[in-house]
Amino acid sequence: MSETDVKPALTPGVRLGPLSFVWRPWLVLVTLVLAAATFLVFCLSISVGDFPIGLSRVMATLVGRGEQVDEFVIMDLRMPRALAGLVVGIALGVSGAITQSVARNPLASPDILGITGGASAVAVFSVTVSGGTAAAVIDSIGLSAAALAGGLCTGLLVYFLAWRRGVDGFRLILIGISVSAVTQAITTWLLVSADIRDVARAQAWLVGSLENRSWDQVWVAFWCSLGLLVVVAAAAFQFKPLHLGDDIAAGLGVRFGRVRAVLLLCAVLLAAVAVSSAGPVPFVALVAPQVAMRLTRRPTPPLIASGLFGALLLIGADLTARAVLPNNLPVGVVTAAIGGPFLVYLLVRANLKNPK
Amino acid sequence: MSTTAVERPVPRGATESRRRRVVGLGVLAAVLVIAAAASLAVGARALTPAEVWHGLFAGPESDQRLTEIRLIVQTVRVPRTVLAVVAGIALGVGGALIQGYTRNPIADTGLLGVNAGASFAVVTVVAVFGFSNPFQYVWFGFLGAAVSGVVVFGLASIGRGAGNPLTLALAGQGITVFLAAMTTAVSLSDTQSLNALRFWNAGSVAGVEFDVIWPVTAFIAVGLVLALATLPALNLLNLGEDVARGLGVNIAVSRTVGILAITLLAGAATAACGPIAFLGLMVAHVARYLTGPDYRWLVPYAGLLGAVVLLVCDIVGRLVVRPGELEAGVVVALLGAPFFAVLVWRGKFKSA
Repeated sequence: MSETDVKPALTPGVRLGPLSFVWRPWLVLVTLVLAAATFLVFCLSISVGDFPIGLSRVMATLVGRGEQVDEFVIMDLRMPRALAGLVVGIALGVSGAITQSVARNPLASPDILGITGGASAVAVFSVTVSGGTAAAVIDSIGLSAAALAGGLCTGLLVYFLAWRRGVDGFRLILIGISVSAVTQAITTWLLVSADIRDVARAQAWLVGSLENRSWDQVWVAFWCSLGLLVVVAAAAFQFKPLHLGDDIAAGLGVRFGRVRAVLLLCAVLLAAVAVSSAGPVPFVALVAPQVAMRLTRRPTPPLIASGLFGALLLIGADLTARAVLPNNLPVGVVTAAIGGPFLVYLLVRANLKNPK
Repeated sequence: MSTTAVERPVPRGATESRRRRVVGLGVLAAVLVIAAAASLAVGARALTPAEVWHGLFAGPESDQRLTEIRLIVQTVRVPRTVLAVVAGIALGVGGALIQGYTRNPIADTGLLGVNAGASFAVVTVVAVFGFSNPFQYVWFGFLGAAVSGVVVFGLASIGRGAGNPLTLALAGQGITVFLAAMTTAVSLSDTQSLNALRFWNAGSVAGVEFDVIWPVTAFIAVGLVLALATLPALNLLNLGEDVARGLGVNIAVSRTVGILAITLLAGAATAACGPIAFLGLMVAHVARYLTGPDYRWLVPYAGLLGAVVLLVCDIVGRLVVRPGELEAGVVVALLGAPFFAVLVWRGKFKSA
């Protein structure tokens, strides 16, 4: 009986000063491959357009040795869009990984925390309703900022409503679903009662898009995300035992209440940054962690790989929309069209392989 | 303390709790009858009980006013009341079943892809054939719902993990995602289908006639029979697969029947009313709180609750923005969600 207690560790650990982690070659390999693929797609996204630029010239420009024409086209025109895709994709992927881990539910995505719903309702309101004080306020601060404010308010509302001597993952999700249902209903109602031309514009915003990014917008999103990711990384070292459930985590000495609160807040803010920069791009946050989990063969969504896959999916979708498809479809349509079937493919493949 | 009915030590014996549940079911049925009567009487033109009675049962009259009342009751109020009851039952039962079969407390009837399939079919036929009347696209909606439900279940059943609840839920999401994208792509390039989509998406029980309602009801009836037949097996499945198998449940068969029932129920209801979000999820939780985890009780409660909620929301929608109307699907979310949130906040629900 007591032999089980002295079982040797299955995977060797690595210790670097105060930090220790488990060495998992496959996880590292997949993460590196994902990073390389993301970088490649990023460069491709910059190279493709009305004025094609070869990959070698893209690389040269990126390290600061490009020709002047390339320099202008890349740095002024294409870089903001590609970078926005990168930032938004990573933010959505990481946010989704956190939400799904904390909630221990693969259907949980940051959409459920209310940000997307709140932002959408405010954006649709500002597109379809003109006149009145509210519309004037929104006009003066701009659509993106208004949507961001709406999203954050809803997110915080969900969080506070779910607060009852601590935040319980299940309660948070049910409250989030309720609040999202309300914002969804308001959006639907606004759409039903609006003029059809405004509806088309609102619908385009609701799908999510990377069009017309400026450097200003990108830098804001970039620095916000970077700051949040640092916090996430710091908290993530206490993250693992959370999957085991509150009681075990507490037994292992994790102050789970605080860690979880910090992580969830980061997830909310990351999603808000993403929504304010690209609109509510659907499904990246839901699909990326699930795909990353299956690619890395981990039982829980890995943070870095989820972020990278999110970026890969978003930039790849944007690239596909611009280079392959007619009509200049918004990126959200393509992320969903690629992400959905890919998730199903992974599921079917896993089912065919593993007898369960 | 916030414990559900079953976690409590049974104080007065099983008969007592059984009696309480039967009484609860009776109360719900009575509330449903009252709500249905109110649904006949309330509207742009409020009618007295006597007028409603006359409108229901009297034949043709020479009196202009009475003829008008008869027309209102028989061609407008009765169909939408019947549809609200039928669709509410279907969505409530479907919501309870899908949470049971996926063992996921946040699963709802849209999960199998039925809503997305119906929406996609509707925008596509509007874009291709230029349909403008809901009667024309109802059938395509049902077809789309059924096809995507079957595809989701088929994909989730490939290989050895056949019908694993997690795979089912994720495959449903994957297909939903894909179809929603296609729906958006079509509707963004075709104004007429965008217009159809926004009304369809709101979810409403108004303006549907009996030549649509009867076939929809027939599909839902079949779904209900299948649903009731699988309830004992569903109870055992929720004890875990191994236990269920040990007790003689054929897991593959019971899952297939269950999923088929959900597809029929949710697909038919969605085809007739549009996607009514949140209803199934909400009433399933409320029903579980009232009855405990025994699906033989939970499912009938969820069905009756669904019908009551949809009826009441439809009535409220007729009253609040007169002379216009608020779609029932919108009211369900606006009224139901805060109510549900209060219950959640007071700790009434446990994860399944």
